[in-house]
Amino acid sequence: MKLTLKVWRQKGHNDKGSLVEYQAKDVSPDMSFLEMLDVVNEGLIKKGEDAIAFDSDCREGICGMCSLVINGKPHGPELGTATCQLHMRTFSDGDTIVVEPFRARAFPPVKDLAVDRSSFDRIMQAGGYVSVNTGNAPEANANLISHHTAEKAMDAAACIGCGACVAACPNASAMLFVAAKVSQYALLPQGQPERAKRAMAMREAMDDEGFGNCSNEYACEAACPKDIKVENIARLNREHLRAMICSDE
Amino acid sequence: MTLKLDGKVPEGPIEKKWDNHKFNLKLVNPANKRKYDILVVGTGLAGASAAASLAELGYNVKVFCIQDSPRRAHSIAAQGGINAAKNYPNDGDSVWRLFYDTVKGGDFRAREANVYRLAQVSASIIDQCVAQGVPFAREYGGTLSNRSFGGAQVSRTFYARGQTGQQLLLGAYSALMRQVGLGTVEMYPRREMLELVVEDGAARGIVCRDLTTGKVESYAGHAVLLCTGGYGNVFYLSTNAASCNVSATWRAHKHGALFANPCYTQIHPTCIPVSGDHQSKLTLMSESLRNDGRVWVPKKKGDKRSPETIPEDERDYYLERKYPSFGNLVPRDVASRNAKQMIDDGKGVGETGLSVYLDFSDAIKRLGLDKIKEKYGNLFDMYHHITAEDPYKVPMRIYPAVHYTMGGLWVDYNLMTTIPGLFCLGEANFSDHGANRLGASALMQGLSDGYFVLPYTVGDYIARTKLEKIDGSHSEFARSEAGVAELTARLLGVQGHRTVDWFHRRLGKIMWDDCGMSRTAVGLESAIGQIRELREEYWKDVKVAGSADDLNQSLEKAGRVADFFELGELMCLDALHRKESCGGHFREEYQTPDGEAKRDDQNYSYAAAWEFKGVGKEPELHKEPLTFENVHLAERNYA
Repeated sequence: MKLTLKVWRQKGHNDKGSLVEYQAKDVSPDMSFLEMLDVVNEGLIKKGEDAIAFDSDCREGICGMCSLVINGKPHGPELGTATCQLHMRTFSDGDTIVVEPFRARAFPPVKDLAVDRSSFDRIMQAGGYVSVNTGNAPEANANLISHHTAEKAMDAAACIGCGACVAACPNASAMLFVAAKVSQYALLPQGQPERAKRAMAMREAMDDEGFGNCSNEYACEAACPKDIKVENIARLNREHLRAMICSDE
Repeated sequence: MTLKLDGKVPEGPIEKKWDNHKFNLKLVNPANKRKYDILVVGTGLAGASAAASLAELGYNVKVFCIQDSPRRAHSIAAQGGINAAKNYPNDGDSVWRLFYDTVKGGDFRAREANVYRLAQVSASIIDQCVAQGVPFAREYGGTLSNRSFGGAQVSRTFYARGQTGQQLLLGAYSALMRQVGLGTVEMYPRREMLELVVEDGAARGIVCRDLTTGKVESYAGHAVLLCTGGYGNVFYLSTNAASCNVSATWRAHKHGALFANPCYTQIHPTCIPVSGDHQSKLTLMSESLRNDGRVWVPKKKGDKRSPETIPEDERDYYLERKYPSFGNLVPRDVASRNAKQMIDDGKGVGETGLSVYLDFSDAIKRLGLDKIKEKYGNLFDMYHHITAEDPYKVPMRIYPAVHYTMGGLWVDYNLMTTIPGLFCLGEANFSDHGANRLGASALMQGLSDGYFVLPYTVGDYIARTKLEKIDGSHSEFARSEAGVAELTARLLGVQGHRTVDWFHRRLGKIMWDDCGMSRTAVGLESAIGQIRELREEYWKDVKVAGSADDLNQSLEKAGRVADFFELGELMCLDALHRKESCGGHFREEYQTPDGEAKRDDQNYSYAAAWEFKGVGKEPELHKEPLTFENVHLAERNYA
């Protein structure tokens, strides 16, 4: 396959960026999208040019590090797939592909296609945990959790924190990310003692970081490589309301 | 002065060693803990759990990771599960049995006392993770589910779908984030440790490169914890993440930390086969798949028929045939080597002939499609994505790939290296798995080290050691910073013709061919020569583009590959010196008549710890004798 790439190049946080055109030749349909970029980069390095910077690590769809917007879609055209698991067989010979970073005020650019998502870590710091010190745990089977509840909690916990939901949202909202974590703990007995506080604190941290609010576009769910459902957002809203009205904290 | 290796294994019967030791360890007064700075490098299971636990105790902790967030460390990709001797299924498990299985699985090349402790604390790990809200799989009655795993005859593996590593890591990461929020941990993401700072013989700090700005920074502390994972990427293709590397431990090795058993690498039997030269990594399919999948090849050589048209009696379910009691659940090294044998015999399948079948059709018939989907759905989807073949309809094709490295920095019972104040945890150390790691034991070891071992032992070191206050302005830091800057300039300065990846691929091929699944003296000697040549060529002809003062991923990689050259040579040297086969180390010259690994306990029952003497110079071998007082040395037999 032969492809034309239009790639966002931006030297640093404060520099102006633009789309630069590259030709990708001898692309095999079995390559992943990132392997295709590796090949383009090898060509650039050989010519002495600065390689295209992009984040990736595990390359098996679980670390959440890869973060490209491909033809306008975070993680590209395939549903339920992270960029690293997107294969070139999804494209056709002669295609032009536009590659951009995840864009959001709360994800400032680092270089080229890499952005800073530490805002997600700060949201987690606000309440994305159960406060249990090492050594404090009761016997694991002391609390029974129904199979169904455990599965639902796992559905939410599957979030890889990539930020595609933010990149897809017209408001750059992090609701799906926050909702997944709040849901996981709200569903489980371990999360109950801090349930109200967590919902409030994580929502507030999200607002403080400059993420937008939710206007029910569902673009987040469509972009999510792990199929996290918007029903978690409904749960987050319920949790938040419950915390505001019923909580004695 | 010759270095004397002291494993510091406590006295007393094995069941009592850890309890006695904990009592004998000195404590740091709770009010004094905040006066001590502890540097933790790496945020996988070992690093994140240690950092959170130390901060909970009151220490000042600084944490460094190479990725943009600590949540992305490669522990996240572990799929199958975590072992613990809970004996919930009532099937005969116990601390002793987990200990026994692990020592035997490691082919009697691990330190008994460490392994016993690992089995002992395994149950607490599950308690801790459940309390954190890790959504382990549950039975309908609400209790925790278990499944069986390679190398064990009991069901002791806890799991969260095929994402157990992810869920355990997010548990540890959450605990870490809580401490960052409380102000007890300072987090430094996108930092790569490039130098260890040793002052008055003790580890007192690190020098890092801020990967975003290129700035070289110094951090001082009272103890340094390396939790930087394994070195499987020396093979270029492995199941490791792109940024997994040996540089932190290697540079500590160059400062005097001994590197033990570097040749013990684990080749995982169930990976997706290579599709072409462009391939940047191999993807593992959890070996939990071997619970329900049946491994087979056609009986006839070069049989190109599609699998569903090959009748039952023309298939060779070779693991079930050769190992009737363990069947498809034999340990990883045995499964890998057998796959290689089949392929070497010309019975491999798929377009390249470099794979064997892992067939689920019987399990789907027996359990139903829905049950298989629930158990392995995400793994099947992943396979489908990568290969464009639907494993619900056609058998998976699998091939072994480098997955885990049992070798690493030598540590004593306290997880301290030969440099005082430098500790090493998780996959980065050599301690618990001997010559072969059993499935679902890596997560257990990472969390055991971080949650339940190190928080005790680091306190003892601090309480017993007088450490002058130093900061990053100390002269040793300036010297280290200059060294780092010089190395960077040197890498950028070569301006040759070949990319870093070109060299890395070449190195990987040498390692895979001659220091991979099976090894020979001739092959290893030739590999050492080739690596030396390639390393020299590297420093003359590598081309690194870009600059030192911004995000430059090819520069990062160049430094890591430079270290892989030196490590690769040591691995071959270690493999060459060990004239026996054990676990993942299979020397063709030393095998039983049935083609199994043949140990030489008389001469090689020791951990080989190597001391660095200079690049290209012969390292010095130190031996830690391994004695087996509780598990009797026996031939490892899974038939």
